[in-house]
Amino acid sequence: MPDPMKIRANLVGDSTEVKVLMSHEMDTGLAKDSSGKIIPAWFIQTVTVLHNDKRVLYAQWGTAVSKNPFMSFRFKGGAKGDKVTITWVDNHNETRTDSAIVG
Amino acid sequence: MDRHRRQALKSGGGLSLVALLAAAGWIDPAAAATEAWNSAAFQTHDMDTTLKALGDGKPVPSTNVVFFSTPDIAENGAVVPIGITSKVPGTESIAILVAKNPNMLAALFELPPGTEPSITTRVKMRETSDVYALVKAGGNYYMTSKEIKVTLGGCGG
Amino acid sequence: MPRKLRSIPGAAAALALGALAVTLSLIPAPAAAEQSVEKAIEQYRQDLQGGNPAELWEARGEDIWNTPRGPKHVSFKSCDLGLGPGVVKGAYAELPRYFPDAGRVLDLESRLVWCMVNQQGFTHAEATKITFGKGAHKRSDLEALAAYVVAQSDGVKMNVSLADPHVRDMYAVGEKMFFYRAGTHDFACATCHGSDGKRIRLQDLPNLTKKADAQKAYTTWPAYRVSQGEVRTFQWRLHDCLRQQRFPDLIYGSDASIALTTYLAARANGAAYAGPGMKR
Repeated sequence: MPDPMKIRANLVGDSTEVKVLMSHEMDTGLAKDSSGKIIPAWFIQTVTVLHNDKRVLYAQWGTAVSKNPFMSFRFKGGAKGDKVTITWVDNHNETRTDSAIVG
Repeated sequence: MDRHRRQALKSGGGLSLVALLAAAGWIDPAAAATEAWNSAAFQTHDMDTTLKALGDGKPVPSTNVVFFSTPDIAENGAVVPIGITSKVPGTESIAILVAKNPNMLAALFELPPGTEPSITTRVKMRETSDVYALVKAGGNYYMTSKEIKVTLGGCGG
Repeated sequence: MPRKLRSIPGAAAALALGALAVTLSLIPAPAAAEQSVEKAIEQYRQDLQGGNPAELWEARGEDIWNTPRGPKHVSFKSCDLGLGPGVVKGAYAELPRYFPDAGRVLDLESRLVWCMVNQQGFTHAEATKITFGKGAHKRSDLEALAAYVVAQSDGVKMNVSLADPHVRDMYAVGEKMFFYRAGTHDFACATCHGSDGKRIRLQDLPNLTKKADAQKAYTTWPAYRVSQGEVRTFQWRLHDCLRQQRFPDLIYGSDASIALTTYLAARANGAAYAGPGMKR
């Protein structure tokens, strides 16, 4: 089971700012381990962000996104107490969904 | 492998329906996400192929696409902060491309109406390279670029 | 230039090779062109702030802290970091300190190990099996716990008390170690960290004999190390410094490591703790 994300969702003016950290190796498939074996690619491919039930961002990532990915953006509207839900899916089909309440 | 890739290339265009269904709440977003990863676009090594895989646009240079919080020099190529804002009306997506990476496309952010056309993230860079911010708006593509130098880190701290 | 080498034939070549191996360049104060590079690097460091992956370690550490574990099924809520059992807030700013129950001066990490062994029932070997993690399959509980504990001292002024004679002794030993030259390269800590304007590649090295530098350096460790994608603790920092000095392996939680930590922590007294940091 992947580790939880760290999500912050805060009102800034009339927008909601979302900042998220994800726990993931983001292996490129190009690096070798100490025994010289290629470490297979293992990376988050898609990220979906919902504001309550409405999608506010959809991202597609390659192996070039850094290990333990960070992302931030803003969507208009949002109110204190609203829910922001983020789901990622990696190339092993592992997935993780976490939520935060807008503060 | 090659055949697999050609298939991926062929199917690359028709995936937005899945995304649409997901947005409408008809299918599980996690499942939809897996479907809608544009594998063709993430296996390209030059600008033309990347653009083709992303929708065959011809980007024009634009001062309305701006990097922010993006350094000129990265102390470590493993983590290069990138911020991109688009002032192009109707911005639908923002992509980050690193010219000299093994695969050019690093990330693509699709922004529905109501989401501000501005994102930050962190990418890996193999070496000093031009980084492109590619914006899609109203079916057209706009682009700006910036060279980021990558230094080898030492051992300090 | 190490004194010993001066009289030995071929010393310059040996030194040059050594310098290559360590990729250490003790270069004088940077010229104007280099200052713009420094400015750009500073910009890079600023651009990285605002989303420190160490937070992922903090969350994991908090879970570990609160979970009963080990043969005795005891959580860290009974672990006394100096301010009472289970008290985490502000504890790191006063470490290292003398712990009568252990009969030793302990830093944070050795105290965590002490609690694992004496309260949770782990063997010392089990408790220190993974001190420095590597990737998803080799994760260090100690690094996660350290990230959690130090974050609860964010903004708290460093206040390592030298009132206890045991702590004063450790400080004195630490100071001696800091200036002690040895090893194949005849390096002391002070060789790199004892004067201004030294650097390794593009990394400016703090002059730890100066209060301001000592404070800034100590209060930003532990840190998320961008180049490794891991949170590294102060024990790791010292371990890697001594490795680069070509000293023998610094034993995790050894008196030597705690003495050096005591010296450096006390020299940071008065500055607000600001970790975990984020470093290249």
